[in-house]
Amino acid sequence: MDVEILSRIQFAFTVGFHFLFPPLTIGLGLNLVIMSALWLKTRNPLYHNMARFWTRIFGVIFAVGVATGIVMEFQFGTNWATYSRFVGDVFGSPLAIEGIYAFFLESGFLAILLFGWNKVGPKLHFFSTCMVALGSHFSAIWILVANSFMQTPAGYFLAKKVKVTEDGTQHPLSANLAEGTYTVKEVPLPDDYVLQQADLTSVRAVIDNFWELVFSPSSMDRLIHTTLACWLAGTFLVISVSAYYLLRRKHVAFAKASMKIALIVASITALLQLWSADSTARGVAENQPTKFAAMEGLADSTTDAPLGLGGIVTWERDAEGNRVGINESALKIPGLLSILVSGDFLNPGKGAQTEVKGLNDLPSDAFLQRRYPDKTPAQIADVRPEYWPNVPVVFQTYHIMIACWGGIALVAFLGLFLWWRGKLWQPEHSRFIRFFLWLCILSIFLPQIASQSGWFTAEMGRQPWVVYEILKTSEALSEVVRANQVLTSLILFGLIYFLLFLIFLYSLNSKIQHGPSEDLTGAELPEKWRPLSMKGGRMEDVGKSPPQ
Amino acid sequence: MDLPTIWFILVGVLFTGYVMLDGFDLGVGGLHLFVRKDEDRRIFLNAIGPVWDGNEVWLVTGGGALFAAFPEVYATVFSGFYDAFMLLLFGLIFRAVAIEFRSKQPGRLWRGGWDTAFAIGSLLSSLLIGVAMGNVIHGVPLNENHEFMGTILTLLNPYSLMVGVFTVSLFLMHGNIYLILKTEGELQQRLLRWVKVTIPIFLVLFAIVGFSTPALLPHIGEALARKPIPLILFFVLAILLALNIPREVYRGKEFRAFLCSCGTMASLMILFGATVYPNMVFSVPDPANSLTIANGSSTDKTLGFMFVVALIGVPIVIAYMASIYYIFRGKVKLDAESY
Ligand code: HDD
Ligand code: HEM
Ligand code: HEM
Repeated sequence: MDVEILSRIQFAFTVGFHFLFPPLTIGLGLNLVIMSALWLKTRNPLYHNMARFWTRIFGVIFAVGVATGIVMEFQFGTNWATYSRFVGDVFGSPLAIEGIYAFFLESGFLAILLFGWNKVGPKLHFFSTCMVALGSHFSAIWILVANSFMQTPAGYFLAKKVKVTEDGTQHPLSANLAEGTYTVKEVPLPDDYVLQQADLTSVRAVIDNFWELVFSPSSMDRLIHTTLACWLAGTFLVISVSAYYLLRRKHVAFAKASMKIALIVASITALLQLWSADSTARGVAENQPTKFAAMEGLADSTTDAPLGLGGIVTWERDAEGNRVGINESALKIPGLLSILVSGDFLNPGKGAQTEVKGLNDLPSDAFLQRRYPDKTPAQIADVRPEYWPNVPVVFQTYHIMIACWGGIALVAFLGLFLWWRGKLWQPEHSRFIRFFLWLCILSIFLPQIASQSGWFTAEMGRQPWVVYEILKTSEALSEVVRANQVLTSLILFGLIYFLLFLIFLYSLNSKIQHGPSEDLTGAELPEKWRPLSMKGGRMEDVGKSPPQ
Repeated sequence: MDLPTIWFILVGVLFTGYVMLDGFDLGVGGLHLFVRKDEDRRIFLNAIGPVWDGNEVWLVTGGGALFAAFPEVYATVFSGFYDAFMLLLFGLIFRAVAIEFRSKQPGRLWRGGWDTAFAIGSLLSSLLIGVAMGNVIHGVPLNENHEFMGTILTLLNPYSLMVGVFTVSLFLMHGNIYLILKTEGELQQRLLRWVKVTIPIFLVLFAIVGFSTPALLPHIGEALARKPIPLILFFVLAILLALNIPREVYRGKEFRAFLCSCGTMASLMILFGATVYPNMVFSVPDPANSLTIANGSSTDKTLGFMFVVALIGVPIVIAYMASIYYIFRGKVKLDAESY
């Protein structure tokens, strides 16, 4: 295998593994803020036990998130050095900001969150909880701003580095001039400039407007969509563990209260996710039509485009095995895709008139002609498939994500319904409730699978580009790194992460088996906090205000 | 001062923060196996327990700042030193995981295994950090596009290995002083005795590195001739501060001893920065291919904007990090939440 594919596998593997953990910490952080706020408000020790138990879980997840995150920070340099040189002026800033404004905040206040129970009072502790949650959200913001630049580059221009001598003449970077007689300058390139491999030593993306970079066409959609995904991930961890306790009749008061909070958060977030997903998808249709056509498996441009619910997409190949098109057979709702893309739900008839471009017209003729000025239109059509992502995979991952949303919504709303009917808390009386609680336990996988497949959709749908329609992934590699080096590191990452994951599961499990404190009298609170606790809180008091 | 110089200093501040803070974490890791009782080992772990993660962020942020301000340097160094950095990452991962999981189970095999992982991860990381710095001083082969032209063996040259070993001794000394600050009773007495070993080793190695560098490396000799005053000043300052550590220790001024140790590290980092400036990656045999603060930096627009960002952010970070250190001041007490 060559360096390109190995580096891509390594990046996908390490970031995919990393991304198992941050969503949990981000989502759990939100739940911790709610729990600690409830404790401060009601002074019921139950909420304190809750915050304390989930903080311990948080600590374990955080440690693995950090250990795997450091790898990501340096991997742009190790494996994608050409990329790093090319975009450094633009792309490095959000990463540096993430360090200064997010990671410090998170890791600093985490110390108080985990180890500060006996050192600080409840208010400062609550403040630290909020700071940790805020920090983890900040890190999502900045990493997604960086990533969105790769999807929908904005706020930059391309420039050529030249040596300028004192009299103002420009020399190429390679010119051999005496030290001190010149300065290096970035000269803007014309708008229709097409990046050539040979220019990669001197052409750079240069920042033009920082705020345009932050608010690039896709960044806000993706930020909201991913944040909601993270909330779901953390919340479903709470649902899953609470359901386990309910089934086992262990820590029932605790599990009931945790489940209530989590079901409410999950239902609201699932609805918001639907809204955000619609907006995200429309953004992709507008900004990255090729990716959009791949997600939907759409071969020909058409009005009245149908929405595929699921099915099979395969490559159509010519006699030599080259990709020339796609075959799809999917279950479809006629016209719905056009309507969704138009966003005109009140006027479905009109919305259905919207044309959705298919892969056979994407990327556009004009775009390809600019890259291949000498080719005839027929030759242009032949090179087109080289500019498609891996359609069968992108189609499937996209639909897996959507299917997961279905599962998430089902669990959240059915849970709310059963709670409302008072049935959820008596699994011993009903086989259905037991079945539902089992479903809840397994539902921890839904947001995780959705997030991973969402990223695969977004990132693989962007291929063959690393910076969309500017720099190809194959051109972005490190010049000096060899395949056997990457293979070795990849194998080691595989082994180490596998081990890490086993230990993580083992440790998580032992924390869950150990369970929260059962004490409702407040006797186990940190000493300084005890006078604040409501005396003799009982199960029935959950959610009520303390006796005056 | 021009913007690239400001950023040279800022990146330097971040990496100095890293070695000053994570330096003692790594040093504690290196000393970990020298105590045998489980309780003593737990005290070692919990001495760094609440802070090691925040300390590591200095490295992460330093890396991010290097990427933003000097992308060419970031790209050259990390792709060129590929194998070494992968090893460093594995070392840091093992250390993090060992701290987190060691005390979660009582088994002797379990704890013994993680203790070893903690110690080896820490020592390996210290050594590799030192080797990397050694190579930056020594110089590495770069081509005209500033791409690294050597292999891992180029990096493991005797000079850089010497700097690596010196760095290990520096971190061990620093960790030792930090532990004195965080322990009491019999354990502290033992650590006080260790100082008699760790400080002299550090001083001897420092003298060797300090005097051999200008002698072995002509470009450093020239740098010394060009700017003798700052270089000699910080060299002497580092030695004086290090010599002052035992004095403070025996007067019972633990915190001052720790500050002196931090001061030694800061002086060394300034010495390091002043020696290489304005180069960032020196090229041998062809110095014309060196990456400098001028040809390796981002545009002034990015540097200027990020300077404002850092000017607002870094003081806030330092303020709350200092408060957090203040909250966790005092001797380690093991409790239910401890590692
Ligand atoms: C800040 C940037 C960034 C972020 C936040 C992510 N990625 Fe990404 N991803 C890249 C930056 C990137 C990249 C550097 O641009 C890669 C490497 C090679 C490439 O083509 O894009 C990439 C490739 C890449 C690939 C390989 C695509 C292919 O080979 O066709 C996959 C599957 C993922 N990523 C998956 C993920 C997942 C699961 C993420 C969840 C956290 C994620 N990415 C976040
Ligand atoms: C290529 C992409 C990424 C890089 C370079 C990266 C980098 C890092 C680094 C260096 C850390 C450790 C920080 C520390 O030491 O405290 C970290 C942790 C973290 N990252 Fe990532 N990260 C990436 C992807 C993501 C994504 C996509 C998200 C969220 C949307 C995210 C959210 C977090 C969070 C919340 C943490 C804190 C630790 C945790 O909660 O597990 N990261 N990341
Ligand atoms: C009706 C259901 C959903 C639809 C229509 C939808 C739509 C989309 C689209 C179009 C993208 C690609 C964005 C891009 O390429 O820039 C995406 C990405 C993503 N999705 Fe979804 N989504 C849905 C549900 C979910 C759920 C339930 C989760 C997780 C709990 C999730 C997590 C993600 C993540 C993490 C990404 C990658 C980040 C990003 O690009 O924004 N999605 N989604």
